[in-house]
Amino acid sequence: MGYPHKPHSRETVILSKYFGDAEARSFKGWKKRGGYEMLDKALAMDPNAVIEEVKSSGLRGRGGAGFPTGLKWSFMPKEKKKAHYLCVNADESEPGTFKDREIMRWTPHALLEGTAIAAHAIRAEIAYIYVRGEFTEPLAIMEQALAEANAAKVFGKIKIFLHRGAGAYICGEETALMSSIEGKRGNPRIKPPFPAAAGVFGLPTTINNVETLVAVPHILKHGAEWYKKMSLSNPKSTGTKLFSICGHIAKPGNYEVTLGFPLKDLLYELAGGMRQGRTLKACIPGGSSVPMLNREETESTLLDYEGCVEKGTMLGSGGVIVFDDTADMVYQTMRLTRFYAHESCAQCTQCREGTAWTTKILERILAGQGKMSDLDLLLELSENMTGKTICVLSDSCAAPVVSAIKRFRNEFEDYIAGRRKPVMAA
Amino acid sequence: MADSVVNLTIDGVPVTVPPGTLLIEAAKQVGVLVPHYCYHPGLPVAGVCRMCLVHVEKQPKLAIACATQVAEGMVVTTTAPEAKAARQGVLEFLLINHPLDCPICDQAGECELQDFVFQEGRAATRYTEYSKRFNPVEDFGPDVLYVPNRCILCTRCVRFMEDVAKEPVLNVSERGDRAFIGIHPEARLDHPWAGNVVDLCPVGSLLSKDFLHKARAWELDKAASVCTGCSQGCNVTLDLRDNTVVRVRPRPNLEVNRYFICDHGRANYRWMNRGDRIEAPLVREGGELVATDWDTALDRVRGLVRGANGKAVTIASPLASTEALYLARRLLSRFDWMGAFQMVQGEEAPLAGVPNLALRADRAPNGTGAELLGYTKDVAAAVAAAATAALVFVLGEADVPVETKGVLVYAGTTLPDHARGAAVVLPIANVAEEDGTYVNRDGRVQRYFQAKPAPGMARPAWWVLSELVAEHEGAVRAVSAEDAFDMLAEAEPFSGLSYAKLGLAGARVRNGAGVPA
Repeated sequence: MGYPHKPHSRETVILSKYFGDAEARSFKGWKKRGGYEMLDKALAMDPNAVIEEVKSSGLRGRGGAGFPTGLKWSFMPKEKKKAHYLCVNADESEPGTFKDREIMRWTPHALLEGTAIAAHAIRAEIAYIYVRGEFTEPLAIMEQALAEANAAKVFGKIKIFLHRGAGAYICGEETALMSSIEGKRGNPRIKPPFPAAAGVFGLPTTINNVETLVAVPHILKHGAEWYKKMSLSNPKSTGTKLFSICGHIAKPGNYEVTLGFPLKDLLYELAGGMRQGRTLKACIPGGSSVPMLNREETESTLLDYEGCVEKGTMLGSGGVIVFDDTADMVYQTMRLTRFYAHESCAQCTQCREGTAWTTKILERILAGQGKMSDLDLLLELSENMTGKTICVLSDSCAAPVVSAIKRFRNEFEDYIAGRRKPVMAA
Repeated sequence: MADSVVNLTIDGVPVTVPPGTLLIEAAKQVGVLVPHYCYHPGLPVAGVCRMCLVHVEKQPKLAIACATQVAEGMVVTTTAPEAKAARQGVLEFLLINHPLDCPICDQAGECELQDFVFQEGRAATRYTEYSKRFNPVEDFGPDVLYVPNRCILCTRCVRFMEDVAKEPVLNVSERGDRAFIGIHPEARLDHPWAGNVVDLCPVGSLLSKDFLHKARAWELDKAASVCTGCSQGCNVTLDLRDNTVVRVRPRPNLEVNRYFICDHGRANYRWMNRGDRIEAPLVREGGELVATDWDTALDRVRGLVRGANGKAVTIASPLASTEALYLARRLLSRFDWMGAFQMVQGEEAPLAGVPNLALRADRAPNGTGAELLGYTKDVAAAVAAAATAALVFVLGEADVPVETKGVLVYAGTTLPDHARGAAVVLPIANVAEEDGTYVNRDGRVQRYFQAKPAPGMARPAWWVLSELVAEHEGAVRAVSAEDAFDMLAEAEPFSGLSYAKLGLAGARVRNGAGVPA
């Protein structure tokens, strides 16, 4: 749903409060809404105090992994011997995810403010905001906002740069993002060394997601206790999160809810439920890289880090992809693996060859030429592609395959047994 | 010292290594070669082939042995079922796009993909319904062909050019299974050290044009040798097919050339196979050189040496062994002696990423050995002195014409016109046909080994000279190059050295003393 629109009464509108408010984009408009007050406050604070506040708020990374943000910041060297860097991951490329895009489109200064506070906390002089190459409009808005903020000299000694990506999904992986900023091919790097020890240009670096950083000023404003109380289920998952809902749904769009919110209510109440006469078949709750759920699992999932893991999936980036009873799960799975095969950086053998082979098998099944043994082969290839590579792109290709075969095996078997008409050319 | 070592167990065998050692290197210490492709000790770690996955106790995931450092108490199992399954998976993935054209591939027999698939791969492929990726062969440079279909994208070649040669003309182009090794559109792979990418390639993707289809790997005989291309003294292996040298490859020596040799050295072997060799000793009979046996020829030389007095000159080749250079001087020790050698000069070509490694301007292997033994580079002065000398002995140098009113004894492999005035011609072996040592520019004495038989009656120069010296002095004959070296090692700066001490890696002359700058 486009902005502006009135938020649903069950949303907890904190990060998305000014979505649709064009005036909030300007520096003046942002100041009028209380913007940059928390940056001034933070700059007057000891960096460690900022870290402690964020630590006790329970804020966790919103990019997908859910790593505690304050803890990540505290990994930076205690004694500063070299320059520190902050990288902001605005390379939002995960299929089904479009929350950072809206944050940058409507509240660019919120991101700049959060970025500057984080840079202060980790004692970084330079922050790079790595913006996805296809995000031309968000980038233009960010550029404008950065120019205004720089003119007003709000960042103190901190310098913020916008770095535009060139369209590779893999550059959203934090080490690939750093390689890309360095001007190299966007290849993930082996860890260790971890970024806090040797990150961008070999110097101590922290990488945070856009949504993570825009939550930080709110934590400083209202206090860690306030943030921590926003939790509907597991106390380890605190605060609000934007969920991008797309697919077979009445009202696709971004919805901000407190963690622990039932996925069922998010889909049926906030997002208006299925299209008329349709029923839910499957749902990918956290962007295309996480395992898919069937209807029963979807309707009983609580949206926080632990609740998703309990159902065998992950909260991921909060990109909720909905499939109704018209969806062909074999075809959908093939579309996902084709994406990963296209985006594999080609470093690790399992990923380079495995993503392509997996796609070929699925295409062959869809062409009506599959064999029953293909399903075991797919599972075995997926096993060989999981947990054995530098980054998790390979795992991300395997996850939908394994979960689809587990939950919708009959659809695969229908194609193989000839009960379903082939949809692809051989 | 307790904290300067790390104790761990690999496949049940306890091993103690320095901290920071990589698992793959620690495993070598217990005799375990963890299968791998992208790892190479001479290149930065990439960790991309994912082949060297091993099981480490108490770690949730398999670890790559090439990028995991040892830790105290670590228990590593390279043969754990899950590790073997993972490696088998990698091999299967590598093979789906790899042509099974081993019968026409130069790498067959020394191919790491063949070896590890044979060792632990699947018996048959499951990638049966699809065609393999195809890209045409590319001409990368003067001696390098790229066969992309065989490429497993280990990136050793890319890392060599980027981090060792410091001329990053290669890259990985494209993504996913479309990826291939690309070359800068305006560049050629013509760096003076570029040929190393062929050795580094674990499969038959990068090929030497010079060696293309010359031999199957299993037909080759190998001998450890020292490159004769310059004074660096890179350690090499000579590969021979039917007693013909067909390839020169680097032999690792961390002190000299690490894992590399330059293209000049790599191509510098054809002369070892020359057919126009002197195959019998020749003595002058009635104005003609006539073939004879060794006893006759050596007797003739003994007589000539005994009968001469005053000034003697030796013109030596800087390709002569240290042993021969020593004995040649000792033979003429009672004369007013002068020895010299001609050092051909060329352009220096360093390998930027390795300290103290370059194709040197001095284009011969034993100039330092000759200088340590009293020979000078002033070959012009020696030639001038030769004109009036009573005796001139040429040792292996065919390119310096000498004229003398005295007696000329010529020991060489070939007989140029200007040497036909010699009183005696002695056929000697070349570097591939004898054992011996060279002293490189840093004073490192290094052994080279016989790779093939000498033609006809040709003998190693150390043998010829030892026969002459022994008779002359009434001393013991050297029956091996080692005996000859022991005679040399009786005095400084070689004292204390022996073939056993030199081993395959060589050793420096005492404190580097007397090594000319």
